[in-house]
Amino acid sequence: MSDAPQKVTVTIDGREVQAEQGELLIKVAQDNGTFVPRFCWHERMKPVGMCRMCLVEVDGVRGLPPACTTTVTDGMVVSTQSETVKKAQDGVLEFLLINHPLDCPVCDRGGECPLQDQTLAFGPAESRYVEEKRHYEKPIPISDLVLLDRERCIQCSRCTRFADDIAGDPLIDFGERGGQMQVITYPDDPFVSYFSGNTVQVCPVGALTAKPYRFKARPWDLASVETTCQTCSVGCRGSVESSSNRIVRMLGVDVEPTNHGWLCDKGRFGVEALHAEDRIRTPMVRRDGELVECSWPEALDAAAAGIQRALDLHGPGGVALIGGSRGTNEDAYAWARLAKGVIGTDHVDAQLGDGLPAELVLGLPGATIPDLDRAAAIVLLAPDLKEELPVLYLRVRRAAVDLGVPLVDVSALDHGLSRYASATVRHLPGEQQSAAREVAAALAPLTEGRSGPIVVVLGRPDVATAADATVAAAGVLADLPEARFLMALRRGNVRGALEVGLAPGVLPGRVSLESGAERFTAAWGRVPAARGLDATGILGAAAEGRVGALVLVGADVTDDFPDRHLARAGVRGAGFVVAVDANRTEAVAAADVVLPAALWGEKSGTTTNLEGRVQRVARKVSPDGSPMPDWRIAGELALRLGTDFDLEDETELQDEIAAVAPGFAEVDAILLRRARDGVVLPLADHRDELVLEARRIPVTDFSWEPIAPAEPEVEAAEASDPDAAPEAIDASDEPRPAQVPAAGLPDAATITWTGAEARPTPGRDNYALRLVAGRRLYDAGRTVSASPSLAGLVPETALRVHPQEISRIGVADGDPVRITTSRGTQTLALTGDTTVPLGVAVMAFNLGGVGVGDLVDATSVVTDLRVETVR
Amino acid sequence: MSNATETRIITKRLRDRTEDSWTLAGFTASGGYDALRKALAMEPAAIGAEQVAAAGLRGRGGAGFPTGTKWSFLPEGNYPRYLVVNGDEGEPSTFKDRMLVERDPHQLLEGIAIASYAIGCNKAFIYLRGEFALGYERLEAARRDAMAAGFLGDNILGSGFDLDVVIHRGAGAYICGEETALLSSLEGDRGQPRIRPPFPAVAGLYAKPTVVNNVETLATLPHIVAMGGEEYAKLGVNRSTGTRIFSVSGHVNRPGNYEVELGMTFRDLIFSPELAGGIRDGRSVKFFIPGGASSQWLTGSDEHLDAPLDMDYVQQTFGVMLGSGAVMVYDDTTNPALVAWRLAKFFAHESCGKCTPCREGTGWIEKILYRISHGEGRPQDLDLLLDVGDNISPGLNAPFSQTTICPLGPSSVSAVVSLQNYFRDEVIAMCRATA
Repeated sequence: MSDAPQKVTVTIDGREVQAEQGELLIKVAQDNGTFVPRFCWHERMKPVGMCRMCLVEVDGVRGLPPACTTTVTDGMVVSTQSETVKKAQDGVLEFLLINHPLDCPVCDRGGECPLQDQTLAFGPAESRYVEEKRHYEKPIPISDLVLLDRERCIQCSRCTRFADDIAGDPLIDFGERGGQMQVITYPDDPFVSYFSGNTVQVCPVGALTAKPYRFKARPWDLASVETTCQTCSVGCRGSVESSSNRIVRMLGVDVEPTNHGWLCDKGRFGVEALHAEDRIRTPMVRRDGELVECSWPEALDAAAAGIQRALDLHGPGGVALIGGSRGTNEDAYAWARLAKGVIGTDHVDAQLGDGLPAELVLGLPGATIPDLDRAAAIVLLAPDLKEELPVLYLRVRRAAVDLGVPLVDVSALDHGLSRYASATVRHLPGEQQSAAREVAAALAPLTEGRSGPIVVVLGRPDVATAADATVAAAGVLADLPEARFLMALRRGNVRGALEVGLAPGVLPGRVSLESGAERFTAAWGRVPAARGLDATGILGAAAEGRVGALVLVGADVTDDFPDRHLARAGVRGAGFVVAVDANRTEAVAAADVVLPAALWGEKSGTTTNLEGRVQRVARKVSPDGSPMPDWRIAGELALRLGTDFDLEDETELQDEIAAVAPGFAEVDAILLRRARDGVVLPLADHRDELVLEARRIPVTDFSWEPIAPAEPEVEAAEASDPDAAPEAIDASDEPRPAQVPAAGLPDAATITWTGAEARPTPGRDNYALRLVAGRRLYDAGRTVSASPSLAGLVPETALRVHPQEISRIGVADGDPVRITTSRGTQTLALTGDTTVPLGVAVMAFNLGGVGVGDLVDATSVVTDLRVETVR
Repeated sequence: MSNATETRIITKRLRDRTEDSWTLAGFTASGGYDALRKALAMEPAAIGAEQVAAAGLRGRGGAGFPTGTKWSFLPEGNYPRYLVVNGDEGEPSTFKDRMLVERDPHQLLEGIAIASYAIGCNKAFIYLRGEFALGYERLEAARRDAMAAGFLGDNILGSGFDLDVVIHRGAGAYICGEETALLSSLEGDRGQPRIRPPFPAVAGLYAKPTVVNNVETLATLPHIVAMGGEEYAKLGVNRSTGTRIFSVSGHVNRPGNYEVELGMTFRDLIFSPELAGGIRDGRSVKFFIPGGASSQWLTGSDEHLDAPLDMDYVQQTFGVMLGSGAVMVYDDTTNPALVAWRLAKFFAHESCGKCTPCREGTGWIEKILYRISHGEGRPQDLDLLLDVGDNISPGLNAPFSQTTICPLGPSSVSAVVSLQNYFRDEVIAMCRATA
């Protein structure tokens, strides 16, 4: 890093500005307050100089070079507003408009259209074109989600470049030439991409429109607020936009640490699920065997009474809580405090039997997403990121393709990133540990001469294999020099839930039950006496009648827990079930009390992404009916169980978390309000990444672009001074009611993971097939199934095996076979796939109907299938 | 009446040996590959720096850039580097490269071998216009024969120099004659020009240093090596040395390819009975296009007809170019607006669509010229054309200034400027008559 970029001086329209040698002129101008009009140039894509809108004059250069392909040199003198430049701008805009339909009144983009805006600012007022314009059939679908209007298209190639260069899905391109040049898909090959919505957002006109948003609103009727997507745990920044109390659109906001402005289609279009007709709007209690609607006080009283009864019968260990990884940090903390500090049970698990132990997640040295860019190498031992954490896939792909970071892929199967790997270590399902032992040798030649951390993206590749194999592999990878871990956990706020103690054995702020006992006894009044069970253990205990009250917090256990048999037995066996949910799941239907929960978009607070970055989520609409945020429900239950949380709003919870949870030290409501890119936990280790802004900046009106965050008023360097940062902020307008005693709490050591016992992976007998069950982005989960635009995109369930296995079994491709596991027998069709190794069967989890959930025994380390012909 | 004649250097063999000029036997029987042998005995760098530079050889594809200078732009020490032969001859009414490829393919291969040796390249690509069916057949046969005979391939003539030659056929796009579009097409991408810099000499084919030379340019090389550069430079005039093949077409009595010494006048080329043989039915020249469809026009005035075939002179004096050597001659019965429209239609059809001014502007110009030439013009249309043209090629100058990526867009403006320069009254009168 010794060769710092050379500083140069450039004169733009008579004003001298400083820049770095080699920067693009258009960017230098923009950073210094001169907007050079453009259509094809996009900050996150390579310049192509196609639209010719950004032509400028440069002294000593013949003609009019485009500012987007011109790099600055010292002494460069540029004019962006000369008569010659204005003439060229007029000309280019007139050219762009001669064949443009000018159907702005019915165009989604009208009112937020760069072609409109820049014509107003830079273009001629009239067209001299009197001929017939180009005509095409319009619009034509180029995918299930995106429609193309070729008459509006200005051929800037932003969409094709995004698909090819950013998403790695080169399925749209230009066809024909000259005036007929048009965006095309290949024959019989639609633009199927998890990122297709980004093409709509980067389109500088209304040529690409998204089916879910078409004709839904006029831009000037939209109210928007910046927020954080919670569809998965990447934590993409977005702008959520509503009209008439309906969220109609989500746009990506460009922030450097996480998403660079991109969103996946599930995050972008899954907002539809919020307004599904069948949401639970009203509390319900079971009377005479039927769930009937009731008032909140009735429902809360019934829920508290049920819990109290279980306490009376079984003691604290008779109450268990599963879920809480899809809400806010404040929600999760309130549930943790209710369970551990009020009820006193440690049978609490935010993960649904498909995650990793909290001690491992919280106790391994953490990496940030930007660490991927500067890593010496990236090791992938994780689920298919393209399916589970799509925007993280984009970032890893960028690191490998554009930044040359070597990628070591440790996997059982090909996945979305396999083709970008510099080295591949293949293993049999469940044998991650022995594969991990080969990683150091694979890394050695790749990291020679490279500096930076080894970033390990760690997660459970599938739900049919227990965490043990991944835990064992983590123990090996943790010994790599400078290894830092990014936890590939999937649910929106699973990381936040673990950070605030919603898992067995841990308390808020990365402390263990033992080390935090004294501190939290002081803060809360009590803590659980002993380590509790995880979700699998809780469901098992419930099935055996040992759980008197089971609280399900947004936990769709019969569909989202890998073992449907155990989930059903657990729900059936629990003495009393409280379901806090927004959707009518099978478990909700079996509950004794149903408490309707407010969802993302309906409540504000914070969420924690997979890096441990705490970011704000915003409330944009009010829910129909009377759903409440989880933290309020937890508080009401606590009150009925004898403890008054005394909380007015989520900021008070944020202050309480900052006060009691060591990992959240200093991360209080005011800091969270001002931290532009969120706060990475623990703050002490990431202070130099903190960028503060003095006030909330509304989303800019250039919402057709990835929205740039406002410039911070306070520099990061200033914030890194521990004396100056949070204390320096004027808090006069921020009431900070005292909650839990902030000072004087006993210290508690934070968790360091040093390895754990893992059950060995049993061998596979030669007649069995070992199941690998990863997830697909579009599954039968609520976000997809309740979003009309996405619901049809769920793939068919298929059991894929190598064609040789099909002939070995003695059936034909596509024939039904009988599959037997310890959970019983199912009949499914076999499909041949040469990418599947011998001895392995692949089936995606939770695609609806009979599937993986009916085969997996969550208490087993692996899932081996007996496959027989149907006789 | 002039009696100017051809000076046959690169067309000598194909004129003399009409039965076998394209075969290896016919080629070697007439001195073929002797120049290669001679070149291989020279210091590679000296061929460009001394022979080619001394010969004053300039590119025959259209731009007339000095070939030796082009070679000298290759960055040192960066290998592999490639020679790409531009055989995508697509400029309307240019048909010289086709003749060279069809009737003397070994001459081209010899030039390729000499150039490759000179620049240190071991792999050359010939991008051949797709429509050249016979040319491809003969060139491919010649390539195979030359390989078998040791004139190409490994250890050529025992020199230790290796050269592999790949022939690639285009798919019918004029733009692929533009060198960066040609490179993109060769790589399998859409044939669209690239943003420069980087220039091909630095990052061309597969991002490697690349020289792109025209067929005629390379066909000239063996003769420069054989004659010596200084001897070659004695032919021609000023900085336009040597001979060039002019493809003369239109209302002349003897359309065809004529290799003449540069410096001859247009009048000689058009009227000499040994050359184009004058205008049909004894009519007079109304105007002619001196260097391919991209050039501005000249008229039948004495001043224009007596101008020498000198690249710099015609450029500086009349703002026209010798370009690809296509001379299109129109007699006094011709409607210039109709010619302009037909040319505009060509450019609109061939615009690649990558940049806005060309994609939209060429089509617009075509439509306006259609109206004018088909009796639907408005008196203000010529000025509109000029302003539209100015938005593609600011200043309407030659050499072009351009708002576009490549010169295709500005090329479409040349005819418009020529209408303005020489036929404004006629065009406006046409429009008035219909208004």
